[in-house]
Amino acid sequence: MQLGTVLLAALTLVGEPEAQMVRPVIVASKPFGESFLLAEMFAQLLESRGFRVDRRMGLGATEIAFTALRRSAIDVYPEYTGTGLLAILEQRPSSDPGQVYQQVSREFRRRFGVRWLPPLGFQNTYAIAVRRETAERLGLANLSDLERVGKSLTAGLTADFIGRPDGLPGLQKTYGLQFRAVRALLPAVKYRALASGDVDVIDGYSTDGFIARYDLVILKDDRRFFPPYEAAALVSPALQRDLPAAAGVLSELSGLLTEEAMRRLNQRIEVDGIPVGRVAAGQLMSLGLVRQPAGIPGTSSGDHRSPGLLSYLWDQRVTIVSLTIRHLLLVGVSLLAAIAVALPLGLALERGRRAAETVIRGIGVLQTLPSIALLAFMIPLLGIGVVPALVALFLYSLYPILRNTYTGVRDAAPAAVSAAAALGMTPGQVLGYVRLPLAAPTIMAGIRTAAVINVGTATLAAFIGAGGLGDPIAAGLALSDTRMILSGALPAAVLALLVDAVLGLCERVVTPGR
Amino acid sequence: MLLISKSRCAFLQLAATAERLDFGRCSADRSDSGGLRGKLAPAALYADRVTKRYGSLTALDGVSISVEEAECVALIGESGSGKTTLLRCFNRLVVPDDGRVIIDGRDAMELDPISLRRQVGYVPQDGGLLPHWRVGRNVELVPRLRGIPDRAALADRALMLVGLEPALFRLRWPGELSGGQRQRVAVARALAAEPSVVLLDEPFGALDAITRADLQSAFADIRRELHTSALLVTHDLNEAFLLADRVIVLRQGRVEQAATPDELRRAPATEYVLRLLQRARVIPA
Repeated sequence: MQLGTVLLAALTLVGEPEAQMVRPVIVASKPFGESFLLAEMFAQLLESRGFRVDRRMGLGATEIAFTALRRSAIDVYPEYTGTGLLAILEQRPSSDPGQVYQQVSREFRRRFGVRWLPPLGFQNTYAIAVRRETAERLGLANLSDLERVGKSLTAGLTADFIGRPDGLPGLQKTYGLQFRAVRALLPAVKYRALASGDVDVIDGYSTDGFIARYDLVILKDDRRFFPPYEAAALVSPALQRDLPAAAGVLSELSGLLTEEAMRRLNQRIEVDGIPVGRVAAGQLMSLGLVRQPAGIPGTSSGDHRSPGLLSYLWDQRVTIVSLTIRHLLLVGVSLLAAIAVALPLGLALERGRRAAETVIRGIGVLQTLPSIALLAFMIPLLGIGVVPALVALFLYSLYPILRNTYTGVRDAAPAAVSAAAALGMTPGQVLGYVRLPLAAPTIMAGIRTAAVINVGTATLAAFIGAGGLGDPIAAGLALSDTRMILSGALPAAVLALLVDAVLGLCERVVTPGR
Repeated sequence: MLLISKSRCAFLQLAATAERLDFGRCSADRSDSGGLRGKLAPAALYADRVTKRYGSLTALDGVSISVEEAECVALIGESGSGKTTLLRCFNRLVVPDDGRVIIDGRDAMELDPISLRRQVGYVPQDGGLLPHWRVGRNVELVPRLRGIPDRAALADRALMLVGLEPALFRLRWPGELSGGQRQRVAVARALAAEPSVVLLDEPFGALDAITRADLQSAFADIRRELHTSALLVTHDLNEAFLLADRVIVLRQGRVEQAATPDELRRAPATEYVLRLLQRARVIPA
C-alpha cells in the first residue's frame, strides 16, 4: 500500500515539478480544437490572476468530461448549452438560446451542483456540411433537401454525433433522413475524408476553421432541429466551494467571444497550425484581459507548421522525455501489479484445475471490452487521472499473464515433473525447481505480450487525463496536427519495441539451458 | 573399480542398518507370495493382497508379490494388466484401496511418502531428466534432497557405474544426449544415493534394439556389483528373462504365475502364460 502511494506520488510529480500549498484549478477540455482553445484561455486567464492551473486537456468526450466534473475530478471545462440539455439532461430542446441557458443553468445546479457561468458570447452549433461540388450537383441548400438524395450519399459522422439524441437519431426523425451508409469517423479525419470523396456528408461545428479551408457548404437547418449551442464554462461543485474567486475570474470572459472571432481563431489553430497556447494568449491580450504572456506553455515553440518533423520532435524533447517516463510508470506499475496477482492466481488455478478455465475465461472477457469503454466505466468509480488508468491497464494485463502462467505450468515437461515427484521432491520443490523454471519462458512471453499491449493501451489513458504519450496523440487528433500526433505515437512505438526487446532479454535469461 | 567397491560397501551398510531396524516383521505373511525361500530376513519389497480400483475399473485385484534382498523381479503383462500401478504402490505414487505394501519390513502407509521416495530408486520409461538441469545436477538430485554432503562424488560414482565418464558428461544438458545416454543418466540418478531398492518402469522400452541390449547388459552388471534389489516393469519377456531372477506375470490385475525364468519356460501355469511365451518365441509355438 505504501509502495503504491509512493509510486502514485512519483507519477504525479513527473507531471508537476513544483508543489504549492493552494490547490490548483484543474482545467479540462474535450478532444477537439475549440474545446482545447477555450480551456487554454481559461487556464491562462486564471494563471495571469495568480491561480495555479493543472491542465487535463482532451478528455474522452462529453460523458467522460462531465462525469469527471460532476465528481469534481476536474474543476472547469467549456461546454455547450444544447449539449447539456440534450446529451446530459436528456430534455427536449427549445429554439430560444436564453431559455435553453436558463433551463440548463437551473437543472445542473439542482441535480449536480454544477454551475454554468454566463455564456461566452458565441454559438457553435452542429453544421451538416457537404462538398461544394455535391451541393451544386444535387441542388442542396437546406437539410430538408437531403431527404430526397440522402440514399445516394455516405455520411461520415463522429461517434458522439451518431449516438446522441441531438445528433443523427433526432436528425433522421426530423428530416426523414436515410443515408446509403454511415461511417463513424474521428473529428480529426472527417474533413479529409470529405475532401477526398470517401464520404459525402459530415457533421461539423459552425465555428470550425476547416469549413472555409475545404470550401464546404453548410446545409441550413430549415426545420430548426439543432438547439442553440451557446458556449460557456462549466464549473465543478468543488471549485465553487474551494476557490469561488476562480469562477469570478472565468466569468470575465463571458460575452466577449463572437462567432466570427472563434471561426478565425479555430482556423489559426486547425488550418495554420499555430499552437493553441499562442492563439489563446493572443486573444486574451487583444481582449485586454491579460497584459503580457508570461511562461505560457506552447507559446515559445515554433511558429507555423514549417519546421520538419525531426526539428519539431527535437523542440519537444523535454516534454517527450517526461511524457515517456510517465508512460513507462503507468505501464510498469500496472504490469507489476498484474504480475503480482496473475502469477499466484495462475499457479493456484493449476492446482485446482476444475475452476481454471472458468476463471481464466472470465478474466478474458475483460480483454474484449474496448479500452475506451473500460476507461469510461472507471470514471464513476475512480474519477479520472492516474488511478483509473492504472486499474484499467492492470485489468488488461491480467489475461495474458494468467493464461500463460497456467498453461506454462500445466504443460511444463510432464515426464520431468512426474519423475521429480517420484524421486521425492515435495510439491513445493516440484513447483520451485521444476514447474516454474520450465514454465518461465512461457510466463515471460505472457508478461511480454501484456507489456507491449499496455504501452499501446496506455496512450488512451490521455482521454481520462492520466497523461503519458497519449497526451500529444489526443491533442494532435483534436487539432488535426500530424506532427503532434507523431510526437506521441513515435515514442510510443519505440517504447513498445524497447520494452519488447528488454523483456525478450529477460525471457532468454530465464529460459533454462538445454 | 575401487570406487565401485566403495559404493557397494556403503550400500551394504545401509541395507544392514535397515535389516537391524526391521527384524522380519512380515515374514509370516509371505507363504502366499510365491517368493518364500525359508529365510527370515524381510523381503525388500512386499505387497500383500493389494487392491486398487479406479472407478469401476479394478487395476489390482488382491495381488501379492515380493522382491527379496538383492533379487531382481520382473513384472510382465500387457498394457492394462496393472504392472505399473503395482510398481507405483512401492513409492506411494499409488495408494492401495486394500491390502498392505511393505518396504524393507515397514508398512508404506506408516512412512512419510517423501522420504520413502528418496530412499527408493526410480527409473521412468522416458528417463524423466529435468531438461533445465545439467547431467551432474540431475544425478545429484536425490543425494541433494536427502542432504547428503558428498553428493558430487556420489553422482560421479553413479555416472561411472552406468558407463558415462563424469568429466565428459557432468556438464552436458540432457537435450544434448542420445536416447541411450539419457536413459543411462536416469539409471545413474536412481542409483546415486545408493538405495537398497530400485523401481524401473519399462526403463529400456523406448530405445532401439542395439542400445537396449547395451543398457540391459550394463544394468545386469551393475546389479551384480551392487546387489541392489530391483522391481522391473516390462512388456518384453526376453528382457525379463535376461535381467530377472524371477518373473511375475500379471493379467487383469491378478498374478497369473510367479516363477523363475526356468520354471516358467518348463511349466507355464496357464494357457495365457503359454501363449505369452510362444509369442515372445521363448518356447516354440
